Amino acid sequence: MAKRLKTPLSESDARSLKAGETVYLDGIVYTGRDEVHIHALDYAEKGKKVPVDFKGSALFHCGPIMRKVGEKWEVVAAGPTTSSRMNSLEPQFIEKFRPGAIIGKGGMSQPTVDAMKKFGCVYLAITGGAAVLAAKGVKDVKGVEWYELGMPEAIWIMEADNFGPLTVAIDAHGNNLFADVGVKVKENEVKVRQKLGLKS
Amino acid sequence: MVDEKGVQNAVVELLRRTVVRLPKDVESAILKAYANETDEVPKMQLKAIVDNIELAKKTTTPMCQDTGVTIFYVSLPRDCRVDVEKGIVEGVRRATKEVPLRPNAVHPITRKNPGDNVGDRMPYINWKVWDKDHIEITVMTKGAGSENMSQLAMLTPSAGVKGIKEFALSTVLRAGSNPCPPTIIGLGIGGSADISMKLAKEALLRPIDQRHKDPEIAKLETELLEAMNMLGIGPMGLGGKTTMLGLNIEYAYCHTASLPVAINVQCWAGRRGTVRIHKDGKLEFPTHEG
Repeated sequence: MAKRLKTPLSESDARSLKAGETVYLDGIVYTGRDEVHIHALDYAEKGKKVPVDFKGSALFHCGPIMRKVGEKWEVVAAGPTTSSRMNSLEPQFIEKFRPGAIIGKGGMSQPTVDAMKKFGCVYLAITGGAAVLAAKGVKDVKGVEWYELGMPEAIWIMEADNFGPLTVAIDAHGNNLFADVGVKVKENEVKVRQKLGLKS
Repeated sequence: MVDEKGVQNAVVELLRRTVVRLPKDVESAILKAYANETDEVPKMQLKAIVDNIELAKKTTTPMCQDTGVTIFYVSLPRDCRVDVEKGIVEGVRRATKEVPLRPNAVHPITRKNPGDNVGDRMPYINWKVWDKDHIEITVMTKGAGSENMSQLAMLTPSAGVKGIKEFALSTVLRAGSNPCPPTIIGLGIGGSADISMKLAKEALLRPIDQRHKDPEIAKLETELLEAMNMLGIGPMGLGGKTTMLGLNIEYAYCHTASLPVAINVQCWAGRRGTVRIHKDGKLEFPTHEG
């Protein structure tokens, strides 16, 4: 059974999710990737206030295609970007800004898994490249911050409506589907090496 | 007679078709993978991909928000008097607004984004002159998630085919879930450091259901593809039967003292498109008819 949750997420919302579950989200979702992480952490270090409140939020690793119709922005395509690029920044980001969920693709490394466990945050995997499907789950664009970073790098404030399906790939208890797959791949590698006539 | 404006219009239409619809060979490989998958998690990933492909077609929307940087391959008739370069550059500028494409091209150091996908050496154009009468323009709109996983190895000749296989395996393992699997791999062998990288990308221009004309290379393509699909990385790296949709190799003769090998990784959304511009201005889209 798929779960449906509304943002902002409380710590107990986040901790109630288990790796492997399917989730749909309603409420505000912020996009944020490389530059948002760099800038937000820089602001935090300088004691400056960031333009949105990330607490309990769903932070979407996404650089969408947006279109302005009259005065209003609309989403054209909004699939996830590769989350591992944010590996070195995410643990600090989670500690400073306390998002409830990170949405992305490809998973993240152990320090982020640890930070998610410590602060109560989950990683929700959305299918990479399925950008029109993802955009269907956004019913409104509430605004944009840091637009000067460029369309892919800005913070887009999106209102989600049944956004998903999302797979809980890393939960707030240290479980990580990508790591589980990694263990199996390591086992399979032995057979692959045999087939290719390579040393194990 | 075709002129610069005609090239521009052809490029806008080419980009629109390329980012909205997959070439037939890639789409059927995805459908086959979907039918073949039995576990729930990979099945859901492939279902999202299949649904997304249909939705993109139906709404004429780019299937992925990462519409890449635009890499062109152009073949010109010997007597071509049209400013094709200008037509392509202006075509990219217009397509960015009209399709729309995501403005991806930035200055590599300042990261400043001009907003129109045009900058120094971008769009990047590979030129060739040929004996045919028409202009042919092929474009790849490849996202960064997969491009970032590409690798070059300068092997020693003694490493041989085993060395090539080892490098391919380690690159696919290292890429893991990152490049939006199921992927397509372009393997460039020989030439020189730069030529092998170029060949790796050009290998992705060949339909994935066509094997290399050299039977030994064709055999290596099949062997490597079958082996990689035993890894179980699966769609989006969440496990499953299909890690790779296709694997194409291109080679060039190289120095007797070297064995350059390059890998270009392509996500499932293997977008490539070709337009033929005939002398009378008639357009043909062999990869995207209708």
